[in-house]
Amino acid sequence: MNRRKAIFSLGTLAASWVAVPGLLAKELHKVPSETRMNEDHLPKPAGRQGYRVLTDEIARKNLAAVFDRLIPADEWGPSASEAGCIEFIDNELAGDYGSGAALYLSGPFDPDNEKKMMGGPQFISSPRERYLTGLKALETWARNTWNSSFHTLSDSRIDEFLTNMEAGKIDLGKEIDSRALFELMLQNAREGYLADPIHGGNKNMAGWKMIGFPGARYDYRLYIERRNENLNLVPVSLIPGD
Amino acid sequence: MSQTRKKADVVIVGLGWAGSLMAEELTRAGLNVVAIERGAWRDTSTDFPPAVDTDELRWHTRRQLLQPMSVETMTFRNRDGQDAAPVRNWSAFQFGWNVGGAGTHWAGMSWRFSPWDFQVATQTRERYGAARMAGLQLQDWGVTYEDMEPFYDRFERIAGTSGAAGNLAGRIKAEGNVFEGARVRDYPTPPLKDTHWMSKYRQTTAGMGYHPFTVPSANISQAYVNPLDVAMGPCTYCGFCDFHGCGNFSKSSPQACILPVLMRRPNFTLLTETEVLHAVKHRDGKTVTGVKFITKEGVEGFQPADIVCITAYQMDNVRLMLLSQVGQAYDPGTGRGTVGRNYNYQTCSTVTGFFDGEHMNPFIGTGALAVQIDDFNGDNFDHGHLGFIGGAGIMGFSTNGRPIQNMNTLRPGTKRWGSAWKAGYARDYQTASTIFCQGTSMPVREAYLDLDPAYKDRHGQPLLRMTFDWNRNDIDMANYVTERAIDIMKATGAKDLLVDNQTERSWNPYMQHSSHTIGGAVMGADPTTSAVNPWLQSWDAHNLFVVGASAFPNNGGYNPTLTVGALAIRAAQAIHRTYVRNPGPLVRG
Ligand SMILES: Cc1cc2nc3c(=O)[nH]c(=O)nc-3n(C[C@H](O)[C@H](O)[C@H](O)COP(=O)(O)OP(=O)(O)OC[C@H]3O[C@@H](n4cnc5c(N)ncnc54)[C@H](O)[C@@H]3O)c2cc1C
Ligand code: SF4
Repeated sequence: MNRRKAIFSLGTLAASWVAVPGLLAKELHKVPSETRMNEDHLPKPAGRQGYRVLTDEIARKNLAAVFDRLIPADEWGPSASEAGCIEFIDNELAGDYGSGAALYLSGPFDPDNEKKMMGGPQFISSPRERYLTGLKALETWARNTWNSSFHTLSDSRIDEFLTNMEAGKIDLGKEIDSRALFELMLQNAREGYLADPIHGGNKNMAGWKMIGFPGARYDYRLYIERRNENLNLVPVSLIPGD
Repeated sequence: MSQTRKKADVVIVGLGWAGSLMAEELTRAGLNVVAIERGAWRDTSTDFPPAVDTDELRWHTRRQLLQPMSVETMTFRNRDGQDAAPVRNWSAFQFGWNVGGAGTHWAGMSWRFSPWDFQVATQTRERYGAARMAGLQLQDWGVTYEDMEPFYDRFERIAGTSGAAGNLAGRIKAEGNVFEGARVRDYPTPPLKDTHWMSKYRQTTAGMGYHPFTVPSANISQAYVNPLDVAMGPCTYCGFCDFHGCGNFSKSSPQACILPVLMRRPNFTLLTETEVLHAVKHRDGKTVTGVKFITKEGVEGFQPADIVCITAYQMDNVRLMLLSQVGQAYDPGTGRGTVGRNYNYQTCSTVTGFFDGEHMNPFIGTGALAVQIDDFNGDNFDHGHLGFIGGAGIMGFSTNGRPIQNMNTLRPGTKRWGSAWKAGYARDYQTASTIFCQGTSMPVREAYLDLDPAYKDRHGQPLLRMTFDWNRNDIDMANYVTERAIDIMKATGAKDLLVDNQTERSWNPYMQHSSHTIGGAVMGADPTTSAVNPWLQSWDAHNLFVVGASAFPNNGGYNPTLTVGALAIRAAQAIHRTYVRNPGPLVRG
């Protein structure tokens, strides 16, 4: 039974308001006096209960190898994995982002036409699925090409691989658009580096210190009219006491 | 069989800006109003207090306040004959879906359209001759700026809008927009302050002989009590504004300005997390009897009402018209039919420049914080020697310094990863500044909305399909104003310009920055070319009012919301002052 049919038969069953009070349209009068945060808007700090999606150690090491060439340790700050970006992406993939809860994933799906219309490849698989198949393909590619696990490749080999991936010159099999996978990983690695530490990355606000972003402050009235000045504002995060 | 609720005088579909403003007018006039909103109740202290609001990843990157595509999306193609594809991911389409609508998380640029925008057809014919209109489907709105002035004024008072008048009852004032239509009184609150970049932009453009002014803003500059007796606080330039709620009660929104009063009125009822599926036509063929809805739990119901107001945002307004089968669907082949006609977007471009060694402190910002010149907007400059009509507001903005959003704002040639990216972003974050051109868009016969034949939403109803690409007029306009913006950026002393002129390639929803979609159920004095009359009343069902940017026959070089709100107040007043006394068409077609 499809969803629409299910809805119609439900409607038929619920013959009167009173019979199924839980199903009535939610009526609201007056301003709700509750001031407690709504559950779905409460901040949910990234959990530290271990990996939930990146449970395979090789896959995780391979992803860290990619992330740490996208954002290496250098004079500008720690590497992606040192800054917590692997914990960050694992946490993201375990939640609504990973399952693609917001995305329209229904068919029909005609990849060629959708790519043409939208100026780039479209997907009906969730980000979680794309990571898991992508990381497997990465390992297969390294084994086939260099006869070793991806994460053991030298920095320069990984850099070359990523450069080619960015240019769409890497073949990871028919299932995977390697350029799109590159863009996904690049986006997420940098999100982890620059998002509030409450999401698991940007440890010690390293990403914010790199550029001079003061973080979760809410009042700049004192500063707005100070012209062309280094304000030297120490960043603050949403984690109390961080 | 579905649930039938008690009859209401008026049912309002969607409680965003338009719905709240109408509900406020109608309940104050004593009518019994039921509003049906698809999204949840959201409020300042329970959903976006300061310690929750300052999270770029959640609110901007992941867009957690916006309507997900899994709830409803659009399909898109550039032209007839192509197979449209669904918009699966976040894109330029940014729909609100909570009580308050997109008004909860808008940026807050609070513009009146110019007098010219309402009469492009007449004015173009008179000034440049009918030949200039070739290829465009121009039509007047059926209202003039003068008709709109009192309603703009009312919305500004409710919202507490910050700005400086440029034309006070005919008196031109240099601190405001000298090109604006005459306003009867000044803004309720003074303009916001300049950031470093804005003061540079202001000085440069003034030096070039242009007329800079502070963009009118819904991020209000000081404490304010509005005519409904609702109090607002001063904006703190927090920089987490568009896509975020406001934790300070300083961004005008239905929550901050109207709902505290509206919700307490005994003749107002709100159904949340309930979606209207369509309006139901009466057997007489001249009216509708109410709306069919479905609750979050999947139970269908019927809300009977004497009057139905659809205020579900431009796209859903058109979609609900089509799903309700009120009026004739537009056919681009014959040009007949009105529902779906004159869909349009907004022609935009940006020019970013870099200032060696300077500290722009971009994190100091508000959604609407900008200095603009209107010297190249609308018909404020002579188009005699130019091959197009229209123009753009050209602004230097300080809207945010959100680090994820700006991570690709790098000098040309900078790599997006590796140590090169880190060094580049560390160098450029503080030194980048942007000029934004927000342009007019003119309607053409080929651009329209209809129902998609293949794709459905979660309830099995067809998605809306958009057929759109940039047209010649708007491409020529964008090229011209982008050149002006480049001249200005060069004059500020910036180096290494990055230019993004969006009309250089075919339109697609992932390439764009603007959320400003318009048209599809346009207003006008001629029922053969408009879906609603100048009071936003359907020509085909006189107790149905369709209110939103869907009514704009063409887009101005401004953000839309003040015009949407002014039209909403005007329509609501027509309902309670005229329509309820003598229900029927308010004008003859
Ligand atoms: C990030 C962002 C920044 C913006 N910045 C600006 C700006 O600076 N200046 C400006 O002028 N404008 C801006 N806008 C646009 C502005 O938000 C809209 O123009 C304005 O909110 C439109 O008001 P509305 O009442 O027509 O629609 P909305 O405020 O979107 O309200 C429509 C409501 O209808 C509900 N709805 C839809 N369909 C149904 C249905 N079938 N049943 C029940 N309910 C339904 C929706 O859930 C929504 O709550 C911005 C928008 C966004 C997203
Ligand atoms: S910038 Fe001002 S109006 Fe916007 S969210 Fe921050 S305090 Fe509120």
